[in-house]
Amino acid sequence: MDMFKRVPISVQDPKERIKNFDEVCLGYTAEEAMAEAKRCLQCKHKPCVGNCPVEIDIPRFIKAISDGEFEEAAHILAEYTALPAVCGRVCPQETQCEQTCVRGIKGEPVSIGKLERFAADWARENNIKVGKTKEKNGFKVAVIGSGPAGITCAGDLAKEGYDVTIFEALHEPGGVLVYGIPEFRLPKEKVVKPEIENLKRLGVKIETDVVIGRTVTIDSLLNDEGYHAVFIGSGAGLPKFMGIPGENLNGVFSANEFLTRNNLMKAYREDYDTPIKVGQKVAVVGGGNVAMDAARTALRLGADVTIVYRRTEKELPARVEEVHHAKEEGVKFEMLTNPVEIIGNENGWVKAIKCIRMELGEPDESGRRRPIPIEGSEFEMEVDTVIMALGTSPNPLIASTTKGLEVDKRGCIITDENGQTTREGVFAGGDVVTGSATVILAMGAARKAAASIDKYIKEKYGQKAKA
Amino acid sequence: MFEIVEKKFLAPNIVSMDILAPRVAKAAKPGQFVIVVADDKGERVPLTICDYDTEKGTVNIVIQTIGASTKKISQLEKGDYLRDFVGPLGRPSDYVNEDLEEVKKRKYLFVAGGVGTAPVYPQARWFKENGIDVDVIIGAKTKELIILEDEMREVAGNLYVCTDDGSYGFNGMVTAMIEELVENQGKKYDVIVAIGPMIMMKFVCLLTKKYGIKTIVSLNPIMVDGTGMCGACRVNVGGETKFACVDGPEFDGHLVDWDLALKRLAQYKKEEEELAKRGEEKVCTCQQGGAN
Ligand SMILES: Cc1cc2nc3c(=O)[nH]c(=O)nc-3n(C[C@H](O)[C@H](O)[C@H](O)COP(=O)(O)OP(=O)(O)OC[C@H]3O[C@@H](n4cnc5c(N)ncnc54)[C@H](O)[C@@H]3O)c2cc1C
Ligand SMILES: Cc1cc2nc3c(=O)[nH]c(=O)nc-3n(C[C@H](O)[C@H](O)[C@H](O)COP(=O)(O)OP(=O)(O)OC[C@H]3O[C@@H](n4cnc5c(N)ncnc54)[C@H](O)[C@@H]3O)c2cc1C
Ligand code: SF4
Ligand code: SF4
Ligand code: FES
Repeated sequence: MDMFKRVPISVQDPKERIKNFDEVCLGYTAEEAMAEAKRCLQCKHKPCVGNCPVEIDIPRFIKAISDGEFEEAAHILAEYTALPAVCGRVCPQETQCEQTCVRGIKGEPVSIGKLERFAADWARENNIKVGKTKEKNGFKVAVIGSGPAGITCAGDLAKEGYDVTIFEALHEPGGVLVYGIPEFRLPKEKVVKPEIENLKRLGVKIETDVVIGRTVTIDSLLNDEGYHAVFIGSGAGLPKFMGIPGENLNGVFSANEFLTRNNLMKAYREDYDTPIKVGQKVAVVGGGNVAMDAARTALRLGADVTIVYRRTEKELPARVEEVHHAKEEGVKFEMLTNPVEIIGNENGWVKAIKCIRMELGEPDESGRRRPIPIEGSEFEMEVDTVIMALGTSPNPLIASTTKGLEVDKRGCIITDENGQTTREGVFAGGDVVTGSATVILAMGAARKAAASIDKYIKEKYGQKAKA
Repeated sequence: MFEIVEKKFLAPNIVSMDILAPRVAKAAKPGQFVIVVADDKGERVPLTICDYDTEKGTVNIVIQTIGASTKKISQLEKGDYLRDFVGPLGRPSDYVNEDLEEVKKRKYLFVAGGVGTAPVYPQARWFKENGIDVDVIIGAKTKELIILEDEMREVAGNLYVCTDDGSYGFNGMVTAMIEELVENQGKKYDVIVAIGPMIMMKFVCLLTKKYGIKTIVSLNPIMVDGTGMCGACRVNVGGETKFACVDGPEFDGHLVDWDLALKRLAQYKKEEEELAKRGEEKVCTCQQGGAN
């Protein structure tokens, strides 16, 4: 075996997979996982660990896999992460743990993410229960939102003995894991649901269909319903549009609408009632994971799809694996291109998108070279659907209905490094604080916030609630 | 799960239901709406809150069957459950948060079209409870589609009923009724609130613009989440894009781009028609004693 190369992982054939919504990557078998784990050099200085946002002891869990101690590997992971089966699938490993892997200097880095996924999947399939619960302490904590941040904070506090209730606006818990990331990247029944079931097993109550700020406010949770603290993990769900002419034509959707219809409402399935509209020719504007997910979803629904992105392939913020899969599946890319107008037909439907070519100039605040339009380079692309995947920001609903809760100019809730907001007893973490980021960052922030909540409540009220 | 504790037909295709949803009942205000999901495979259907009872913890909704999802909901019986019932969504009507003395100075006319009568009722009642008399017009295609007439009579100062075919009350559409009141009977209004089909609200606005009377409408575009997350409900108001579910549903009708709103409403027409057909096919096979 060539130790410079990764053990190949099986994936569904691109020709087949564009006809279904089943998971693309099939994961390692036990033998493959052990072989890949053996490539880890067990470096003493562990450069990979420092580049994982939650500092998983990577060589330790990989060692357990290479020894065939899969259960042990799962327990090690559980010390650091609440969602290994998810993060193993969706972390941008190439810019995190795997980027600094010593194996990567001369060959391919160890497939840390795929190994993490393997251990987590194995534990689930073999019914291994990780995490123990302490005795109930009688304190009540409300968690707003059931995405990665909410799940993590609720899980951690329940294990500490808290009485936790999650309030979720939508009718299914899971946040972006359920409404945003498609089935073919993150299976819902197989991977996401068990995480939710696990929370319930820890005693966490989940009230869906409750929109905080409308159905009930944070003030009333604290003052009338007897919650000792609140954690806000409401994400960044508000879609951006470009503000160009023609954006409200029929056939122009936010990626959120398109993905929600497909993933949460299961519009791709014949037996569900919600309709979805995908034309013959679709343009997806943007270059992140959201854009790739929308493009590959549209492709599976039978469309011819082009991604329109204003920078070059090097700057694409999406995970490398997604870009690779999208290309394999036949998604086209128009780089250095930016829409300036959407053109409609006489009935108010999209018929074309007018774009301008771009070139890269000086680096901007983000350190990436700023795209500048090339004058006179406008051209039209015939399409009947345009999906806008330009990023999202936090919904102002909670901040505008909670006294003393401050947000920055992007609408993100302001917290200190421990997740404490400007309002006593109220903590926050995840996309609602950082703006759209990643699952693992949301999880890491929620973990810190859970620890601060524990500290806050016990300092204020003692070890146990008065009966 | 949310129990249907009361159900009755107001007209052949219009059904009224009381749903047990204490959290929603407690927070509801006039002008707001809910989202209802009938079952595991159902759509998220937005419906205006027509009434609420804080003590019983119930919320009243009135549904007109127009497609597959509204039909599914209407077919549920008392004692059945709705899978989901989310709300109250949207902003309450402006006057709820205004200084009551200011509101009292204005003369309001409510214009209710068809099933829109149901959401107008609690608004008119709110005024009555606050000691203000409002005029109300109820319009429908024909006599049997006039709903809540008696209830409305109790809370309205003056009630005017009209039908398109003249089978009951004034002979003509609500716009003709407004013309009659303003031009022939010399009535003066400071604010008109129009709730009904999009096309009715458009024509009411065209008329009241001529008179220079401020007009509030309750928009009912296509929605998915109803919380500001998807942008399906985009409408153009005063040249700006608004999300009807969070910025509305009530807007200044003279600023609404009606043609755009009407076009957007037809966006899923083809898919919805196919769905309705699929529903019928299903019924067919079971009648033939097929599977199950
Ligand atoms: C399509 C898509 C693909 C992505 N791909 C990746 C990827 O490959 N890798 C990666 O690491 N990250 C990815 N991300 C980003 C990642 O999903 C997010 O960073 C992460 O989900 C943030 O977690 P969160 O818990 O903060 O928020 P969310 O997951 O957004 O969860 C917030 C929850 O709060 C609920 N909520 C909001 N407001 C209220 C309210 N007022 N009351 C009650 N509940 C409320 C929402 O309904 C939602 O369920 C992707 C995002 C999208 C949209
Ligand atoms: C804020 C809000 C409040 C509403 N309040 C009420 C209410 O109190 N009572 C009530 O009966 N209905 C109300 N509606 C309308 C209701 O949501 C729609 O009638 C319903 O979604 C149609 O679903 P369907 O599957 O039965 O019909 P579909 O099969 O979806 O539609 C059938 C036809 O109706 C049109 N249509 C689709 N959506 C709407 C819509 N939102 N409004 C009008 N026509 C539509 C379509 O063009 C289609 O051709 C409200 C809508 C909104 C947005
Ligand atoms: S959580 Fe993400 S960054 Fe950390 S080791 Fe796992 S895949 Fe790598
Ligand atoms: S850097 Fe790579 S080889 Fe070294 S311990 Fe980490 S995973 Fe193993
Ligand atoms: S319905 Fe989704 S944003 Fe309004």
